[in-house]
Amino acid sequence: MKKLMTGNEAVARGAFEAGVTFASAYPGTPSTEILENMAQYKADVYCEWAPNEKVALETAIGASIAGARSLAAMKHVGVNVAADPLFTFGYTGVTGGMVLVSADDPGCHSSQNEQDNRYYAKFAKIACIEPSDSQESLDFMKEAYKISEDFDVAVLFRMTTRTCHSKTLVEEGERVPVAMKEYVKQPGKYVAAPATAKKLHPIVEDKLVALEKFSNETPLNRVEMNDKKIGIITSGVAYQYAKEVFGDKASYLKLGFTFPLPMDKIRAFANEVETLYVIEELEPFIEEQMKVAGIDCIGKAVIPRIGELNPDIIAKAILGEDRPVVQMSEESIVGRPPTLCAGCPHRGFFYALTKKRNVMVTGDIGCYTLGAAEPLNMIDTVIDMGASISMGHGAAQAFAKNGVEKKVVSVIGDSTFFHTGVNSLMDVVYNGSNTVNVILDNRITGMTGHQENPGSGYTLMGTRAKEINIPALCAAIGVEHIQTINPLILDDVSKALDEAFAFEGPSVIITRWPCVLKKFSPEDIKEFDLAPSVCEVIDEKCRGCRVCTKTGCPAISFNKETKLASIDKTMCVGCEVCLQSCPFDAIEKVGK
Amino acid sequence: MSKTTNILLSGVGGQGIILASKILATGLMNSGYDVKMSEVHGMAQRGGSVTTQVRFGEKVYSPIIGKGQADILVSFEEMETAKWMEFVKPEGTVVINTFRIPSAPILIGKADYPEGVIAEVKSNVENTQLLDAATMAKELGNVKAMNVIMVGALVKGLGLTDINWEDVIKSLVKEKFIELNVKAFNLGFNAVK
Ligand code: SF4
Ligand code: SF4
Repeated sequence: MKKLMTGNEAVARGAFEAGVTFASAYPGTPSTEILENMAQYKADVYCEWAPNEKVALETAIGASIAGARSLAAMKHVGVNVAADPLFTFGYTGVTGGMVLVSADDPGCHSSQNEQDNRYYAKFAKIACIEPSDSQESLDFMKEAYKISEDFDVAVLFRMTTRTCHSKTLVEEGERVPVAMKEYVKQPGKYVAAPATAKKLHPIVEDKLVALEKFSNETPLNRVEMNDKKIGIITSGVAYQYAKEVFGDKASYLKLGFTFPLPMDKIRAFANEVETLYVIEELEPFIEEQMKVAGIDCIGKAVIPRIGELNPDIIAKAILGEDRPVVQMSEESIVGRPPTLCAGCPHRGFFYALTKKRNVMVTGDIGCYTLGAAEPLNMIDTVIDMGASISMGHGAAQAFAKNGVEKKVVSVIGDSTFFHTGVNSLMDVVYNGSNTVNVILDNRITGMTGHQENPGSGYTLMGTRAKEINIPALCAAIGVEHIQTINPLILDDVSKALDEAFAFEGPSVIITRWPCVLKKFSPEDIKEFDLAPSVCEVIDEKCRGCRVCTKTGCPAISFNKETKLASIDKTMCVGCEVCLQSCPFDAIEKVGK
Repeated sequence: MSKTTNILLSGVGGQGIILASKILATGLMNSGYDVKMSEVHGMAQRGGSVTTQVRFGEKVYSPIIGKGQADILVSFEEMETAKWMEFVKPEGTVVINTFRIPSAPILIGKADYPEGVIAEVKSNVENTQLLDAATMAKELGNVKAMNVIMVGALVKGLGLTDINWEDVIKSLVKEKFIELNVKAFNLGFNAVK
């Protein structure tokens, strides 16, 4: 029976059927659900959240070298974090098959850039596979493990947001258990000391030659010959878009195995058709290599290299088709930016921070990035995970060196602190920065939909875990000024900030309160007062000053007719942040 | 181009649009269509705009559509309708839930909730239908049932009456919400022509 599955579900299923026994990942949209779905096979597959992508890849490499089939999954920018082990793993090769899933995000649906990770396969000299829908995501995973073991090479499995998050029909198969390969000590293969690496490099080049031969032969790269006027070379979801536009009116070379490219197959196809187009999302990865090989084609000259493709962009680019579009007036469209949730613990902290003058706030990647939005406007920079603390250090040193008086506050979430923030904090302490480092600990990885992390007390497979004690960790690194506070009590936040500003040297403030949307653990219920309640505006006392709306809680609105604030009871959780903000005591807690 | 029907669902994070699309896509799959569904994740879940697309037909290739391609836009929130109108075929259909959720700029008084969205939609797309799903859901005793009311209305509009939708709902929602959702579906189904 067919099932509707997302590509991410299908990748997990494919790995399961391929006999994988080890899987690791750090959550990141659009890749998160791969490991979440893996957890349903936990009887057969050990799966875990790693603190970051480098660790996820390294653990999977370890499992592979030990002899098991293994998987690591991450979003495109996560591969940047994991790039260090990846490049050397490209040299050593595998024992048990190893697949690295890279979920790219053309169109930046939820990412800070649009990088095309197929270049990583080429750069690290490993194989690259690109499925175009969920069925292929499942089937190609099984192929990937075979290729990995046959050629002693890791496989980069390139998904994109649309293959990850589209549901298409899938026929499942059975799991075929794969026995662990016997572990044999092989320092000449796995100890990448300079002498070994030098010897490995020519071996890798030979592997690539063998892989190119395979690429020309494998049915993963297939020709669909129809009318020969137009020939299209394409890969990934772009194939589906091209089929949508041209149907049987063009011929296709559909590439599922895109590194190394099947240059002979491409050349033969090019010779058959009149006009040859390369339709690929983002960068001219295929096109460039074809041109270097002397095969003429039309690619980025007409197909945009910015943003996500769709059938209409292709129809317009190649056929000149332009569809009539309904134009609405500007007044009818008001933005709906994402916001910190009603009762989000980060709001109290950011609101209290708005009262401090002359600060630069270096931010990071997580829900709290939304502290950059109106009306809080409290974040100055966001670059990558872990960067807030180190960028804050750099900024503080630059200010100090150049005689600029400015306080630097670096904000980072709990999961992100474990990800790479802790390294940055070491730098801050080691090099003696005067920055205030705020760890916004909402007891979970919030942004990606509540994944457990080393501080949450549970593992991906649902077992109880040792909790990392953040204050003790900071103290161990050498931070001498550490405060743990409830971010919903504005006076406490303000006092903690003042104290930290007054302190000479690096300081840490931990705001500890669970995310409102989190499924509370027994430990959370014991530690925090989480009884739901509701706040209300007392109309007689409200003077319409709008201060409470500046907290940015989506439950509070200002009524222009009555000139009074009001609170949406269905949204409010009674966190009392607005209550503390009101200068006229017009907001009261009324229980629930 | 192959003959496929393109449906766009739009609304606000938390309105249950993903479940609504799942019900729709599962019903279509059960009755033998090729179906593809595309959803949006991430930032959008924090009270931002959410859209999903469902495409069905004999053979569907692309999971997404481009501008001017949707046969039907089902909007779960009034103002959100405006943002997705450029995806609708001028000869297509728009179903609007006349329910308003002010966004952050409106809440803090930087913008007003736009008036006249419905009139403007109507002037562009003749086949526009309005539904007060919030009131209907409140009558059922649960505002959250709005999403399934909208699915009922959509299914009727598409003429997909030969599918056992009750079974589909049963397979996708928790036991204790089945009755509510079946009622909601029927309410929406009977509310449109
Ligand atoms: S999900 Fe949690 S952490 Fe994220 S904005 Fe909402 S309450 Fe805050
Ligand atoms: S108490 Fe105030 S700030 Fe907190 S959730 Fe309710 S309305 Fe929002």
